[in-house]
Amino acid sequence: MRDLQPSQLFRTALISSTVPLLLALTGMVEAFSKRGLIGEAVSVGHVLLFLSILIAAYLFERRQKSPSPLNATISGIVIGGVSGIVLVVLVFLTKALIPKPWDLRSIFPNASPALIEVLTFSRGERTGALLLFLFSVVSGLIGTLFPLIPLLIRGPLTTGFLVTLIIGLLQDIISTLPIFRGKIIKFFFARSGFKPVGALLIFVVTIVLAALWHQYGRRLREEHRQLQQRRPMTVQIAVWTFVLLFLLVLPRIVGSYMSEVLDTVGLYILMGLGLNIVVGFAGMLDLGYVAFFAIGAYTMAVLTSTELGFFNLTFWEALPLSILASIAAGVILGVPVLKMRGDYLAIVTMGFGEIIRILVLSDFLKPILGGAQGLTRIARPVIEGPIIGRIVIKDPPHFYYLILIGCLIALFISIRLKASRLGRAWMAIREDEDVAEAMGINLVTTKLLAFATGAALSGLSGAIFASKINSMAPHSFNLLISIYVLSLIIVGGMGSLPGVVVGAFALMGLPELLREFAEYRMLVYGAAMVVMMLYKPEGLWPEATHVRALRQEESREPVPEPSPKKAPAATVASE
Amino acid sequence: MQQRLRMELTGTQIALWLIGGGLLAMVLIGSVRTLAVGKYTSKQWLDFIVFGLAQGGIYALIALGYTMVYGILGMINFAHGEIFMSGPMIGYFFAIRMARSGFVDRQPILSLLIVLAVAMITSTTIAVLLERVAYRPLRGAPRLVPLITAIGASFFLQYLFRGLFGADVKVYPDWDILSGKVPILGVQILKTQLVVIIAAVLLMAGLYTFIQRTKMGKAVRAVAEDRAAAALMGIDVDRTIAVSFALGGLMAGAGGLLYALLFKQVFFLMGFVPGIKAFTAAVLGGIGNVPGAMLGGMFLGIFESIGPNLFLDGLGIPAPYQLKDVIAFTMLVMVLIFRPTGILGERLATKRA
Repeated sequence: MRDLQPSQLFRTALISSTVPLLLALTGMVEAFSKRGLIGEAVSVGHVLLFLSILIAAYLFERRQKSPSPLNATISGIVIGGVSGIVLVVLVFLTKALIPKPWDLRSIFPNASPALIEVLTFSRGERTGALLLFLFSVVSGLIGTLFPLIPLLIRGPLTTGFLVTLIIGLLQDIISTLPIFRGKIIKFFFARSGFKPVGALLIFVVTIVLAALWHQYGRRLREEHRQLQQRRPMTVQIAVWTFVLLFLLVLPRIVGSYMSEVLDTVGLYILMGLGLNIVVGFAGMLDLGYVAFFAIGAYTMAVLTSTELGFFNLTFWEALPLSILASIAAGVILGVPVLKMRGDYLAIVTMGFGEIIRILVLSDFLKPILGGAQGLTRIARPVIEGPIIGRIVIKDPPHFYYLILIGCLIALFISIRLKASRLGRAWMAIREDEDVAEAMGINLVTTKLLAFATGAALSGLSGAIFASKINSMAPHSFNLLISIYVLSLIIVGGMGSLPGVVVGAFALMGLPELLREFAEYRMLVYGAAMVVMMLYKPEGLWPEATHVRALRQEESREPVPEPSPKKAPAATVASE
Repeated sequence: MQQRLRMELTGTQIALWLIGGGLLAMVLIGSVRTLAVGKYTSKQWLDFIVFGLAQGGIYALIALGYTMVYGILGMINFAHGEIFMSGPMIGYFFAIRMARSGFVDRQPILSLLIVLAVAMITSTTIAVLLERVAYRPLRGAPRLVPLITAIGASFFLQYLFRGLFGADVKVYPDWDILSGKVPILGVQILKTQLVVIIAAVLLMAGLYTFIQRTKMGKAVRAVAEDRAAAALMGIDVDRTIAVSFALGGLMAGAGGLLYALLFKQVFFLMGFVPGIKAFTAAVLGGIGNVPGAMLGGMFLGIFESIGPNLFLDGLGIPAPYQLKDVIAFTMLVMVLIFRPTGILGERLATKRA
């Protein structure tokens, strides 16, 4: 038992046992239990529950300095056991209190008989509780023993598990894809979840593929690198052509429903790219970002809506005006906050966002903006040409192309701006405003340009959104949208362009695909933001220089007590 | 180059002063017109002011937490509104149990004190946990990092409470001793409002004494002044920071219960708007300044309670109470632009401004 401190172990065990408990009490386990993973027996809810124990145990073991099988076994049993006991107590407590006035459900609405059914695997109290405890211990054990397995086996195992899990989760979607035939689907999937054979097959195939990639992947990558050195242009063109072709045929492959999901993700990518300029490049935390989306959308609505009949412009006439309105709003809202930094900027921009939402909702502006009912009959984009004739863009797959073009333009602008003089000025401001000013950067114009560019992309997104859903209501613009966009760039990596795309797919695609998840998205996003900042502040797909900055500053400060003078955190607003 | 910069700076400056002047003119014109019409009697105005004081007392209690944390760490604890929400939320379950068993009717004061204690303890626990788990590891990090953590924590707590306790609005039970009115100096004042005002004042006086008179309070002030020097003087900085979070939590929990008594309901999003308003109050009084937060809270409460009727009404805006929150937000922006050091503009605030 060398190097294993019992007090530390028990503390970790107690702390980590709160995670499965909260998963159960917030109703997540029950909500996901309706979705089968392997048949109906193993549901996603169960996987969630035991995976949380497994991960906690794994993280604990990885922090140990001198891992040994004996220590790992002990800590696995303790961590899993404590979580198991907590869950078993929950089961018995809920069961015991049900008929009395002290019903646990009057406090925790989710501590219901349905939850007990899930937790006890519908096998009655005694057997179920025993099973629950055993599974918890086993999860803990797997978690602590996992780091001891050599990487060569561990890597493919993880990949195999994750791929099986993801395919299982997306089962509904995959089985509706037009490219698969009914027979293949029937082979792999039961009514809900995998057939055991299907799960096993996918698991094994992925493991084999991952192992092969591990063996031979290096050579492929090496060859690719050499080719890139010899003919950089050719490789780049080939890659881009391939990506573009793939993106062009995507709606054909995935069908109408998935196109709708892609549209949503695309609109968030547009907003994310815009906010990325403000937050990621220029380092100004804007929490009222949804205001520009709203302004873009409402400008589109007011200008084109036949319900109001003020202007009756077409989509293409109104689009540049919407973007211009957003830019103007960006500059107007940007001026007052020019001198504010960090925290103050965040809360003031949030205030702006709320002011705009309240104004739109109020009776005061109702004649123009429609109040709480919003506006309807917004124009759809129409394309007319000599060969193609007249096309009205109204289906999700059609809008997909419009949004795709928007995203590509935004991506192009972002890439070019990042390398430009302006982009470097933004990043200089992000790193240190005073030094940037001393270097001759004009803070006023540079900051306003960041706000304006960000607002323009958001306004574009809003205008397309308004046209797409064809009606407009203020509830589409609450603060949560700003937070969604913020969390997607944080998870993807602040300042990183691929990070925005990855973040948008992960954070915005998932709730569309897993409806149960939508209920808990803010809970998960909030937790994700905290966890990312604590353990991986550079995001999942970081930009190289940003990692350096974030890491350096941490390592430079071994004593966590910077004096107020040194710490820029103490500066509020210059002068 | 320099000249151009100066020109542009004055340009934005002029724009800002124009906006500020315009808003001030709107307020003045609106007020004068309302008063000229004489739509409300002086008794109604007094009611507005008393309500404003009660509301302002609650804002002040929350603002104390913002201001103390800012004074010490130089960061805005975004999740403070949720700390405020958690107290009355947990207190509700005790209150409703006691109301059902008739304990509230038998021992009204004792039961009220129990719920108050529960609310204060809950908020304090959440505040200390939050500091320990989320903020302490990030103390040396670049400033955007703890800020984003705080925002994430805020939403995590909101939706955790929603997940655990449900999304419905929970109605607080009635205390018979708190219903009805009492005459004070010939004016009828709602008992609830009176109790809220008195409790808020007492709590603030208690906190102020603690910070000024006790050794721990001295340590809090010392750490706020200069963390490194305080550490050299043998003050346990980690503990002192935890204490200031705890004090903020205590005040927020009490404020939360008073809020629940005043508005009779709690739900998981209730911390958001009072949180921002209390932050406004803290900025208004000069952030980092404890008496300033109290003053700012009271001022904002009154301003917000008479504002819609006083000047929005006069401007002919329909349903002015809908724009109540806009007043607070606009005030926040204006204060930050024109006087970021706040009304009291104390040393601490100027030092950092």
